[in-house]
Amino acid sequence: MNRMDQALLELSEMDDLASMDSPLHRRHPAVKLLVTVFYIAAVVSFGKYDLPGVLPMALIPAILFAAGGIPVSTCFKKMRFALPLVLAVGVFNPFFDRTVFIRIGGIPVTGGVLSMLTLMAKGVLSLMAAFIMMASTGIDSLCAGLRSLHVPKTAVSLLLLTWRYISVMTKELSVMTDAYHLRAPGQKGIHVSAWGSFLGQLLLRSMDRAGELYSAMRLRGFRGEFYYAGGRRAGVRDVLFAACFAAAVLVLRFVHVGELVGGIFV
Amino acid sequence: MSMIEFQNVTFSYEAGKPVLKDLTFAVEKGESVGLIGANGAGKSTIMKLIPGLLDSMGRVRVDGISVGKDTAAEVRKKVGFVLQDPDSQMFMPTVLEDMIFGPMNYGLTKDEAVAKADRILAEMGLSDLRNRHNHRISGGEKKMAAIATILAMEPEAVIMDEPTASLDPYNRRTVINMIRSRSETKLIASHDLDMILDTCSRVILISGGVLAADGPAERILRDRALLEANRMELPLSYAGRASDPDR
Repeated sequence: MNRMDQALLELSEMDDLASMDSPLHRRHPAVKLLVTVFYIAAVVSFGKYDLPGVLPMALIPAILFAAGGIPVSTCFKKMRFALPLVLAVGVFNPFFDRTVFIRIGGIPVTGGVLSMLTLMAKGVLSLMAAFIMMASTGIDSLCAGLRSLHVPKTAVSLLLLTWRYISVMTKELSVMTDAYHLRAPGQKGIHVSAWGSFLGQLLLRSMDRAGELYSAMRLRGFRGEFYYAGGRRAGVRDVLFAACFAAAVLVLRFVHVGELVGGIFV
Repeated sequence: MSMIEFQNVTFSYEAGKPVLKDLTFAVEKGESVGLIGANGAGKSTIMKLIPGLLDSMGRVRVDGISVGKDTAAEVRKKVGFVLQDPDSQMFMPTVLEDMIFGPMNYGLTKDEAVAKADRILAEMGLSDLRNRHNHRISGGEKKMAAIATILAMEPEAVIMDEPTASLDPYNRRTVINMIRSRSETKLIASHDLDMILDTCSRVILISGGVLAADGPAERILRDRALLEANRMELPLSYAGRASDPDR
């Protein structure tokens, strides 16, 4: 299996996760979208040195992983490309901010290190929240949620088609890569001299395939909006879920759980 | 009234190079017609003109409706088009989702569309494919599922582009049996002349964008001289046997 086939498999794994059945999966997509945005906003609102405040926010993804039956390992596997970027965000802070904040066992911890770790924690938690939403919702339901929030249909259709065409392009890339390697034994990647024609052909082939797919959609009545736009409305359980979620986020945001737990033991 | 009607249809992809030239023919309701011709004869263009994917000079009518931008939605409800490559046909994650896509676009509720899809799947003996992911089913299953997505729209006519292409003998036979069992009007473009012989009572032979022959399948597909003059061969089931209707 080449890397493109692997990528296709990973895309389908997300569909598999989204098609599972759990209390989390059954929640209205717009509600999940809103609470995810709320959670991310709460996480990023912590001060740049407030690592003890940010860390307890991990409780919420932990509960959602359990409620949705979503494997944590899959989350980190999927995030492996984004994680280095997130982790790199604050990597230079220790060089600029050398003020010593605390000493742990005699080792000084500078503001730079603290802010770097806080940024990393915020990034990881935000990615986890986005992953949980995608893994428990699926692209079609997510788009339905966006439409129910009155996001313009053009933007939503564009998002959905982009998602669909990722697999189309990946398939074309997979076929072309296999064809290339069959006639270029021993080469590790695509030789730089072939990049231009390779990318040009990929673009042309993907456009052809995308055109055919679009024709197939038009032939079955597609006129710019997917049918899911008229999906179900949020119910009492969805509202209850949103209320509990928001309450939990607010408690973790404004009650310093670290100090509270520490106070019990000290 | 004819189900599909071409009247003096001319079409060019490039100016001055017509692919179809003054083409006139009709397919009656309930008929099963094979559309044959060598590569580049214009078969695919004809198929695309019927549901209005291309605009032509001349008149194309479906069940009396003139095909055009304004009538495209109405026409496409009446005519289902099974594309040659099922990968181009199916774009939703699962077979069921693909099947309900069309009916829901035409106003059915999800429950109604699902019920219809389930019925078609049962009729075609494909119920086990219902919740399978499109990219995880075999080529033959995908072809059958692609046909099912079109039949779920309950079209009055079905046009098919190479329905048996790249299928193994078992799946080919399954598709042929399925085509034979359907009562809709059918226009089938194919190089598989044995399949055409099995499924169609009438054949239209296109050559260089013009109508080269139109008549009973038995007669046209036995006419070695006519077929060879148009870069085709006798069906395997006739090859080696009487190739001349007079013999």
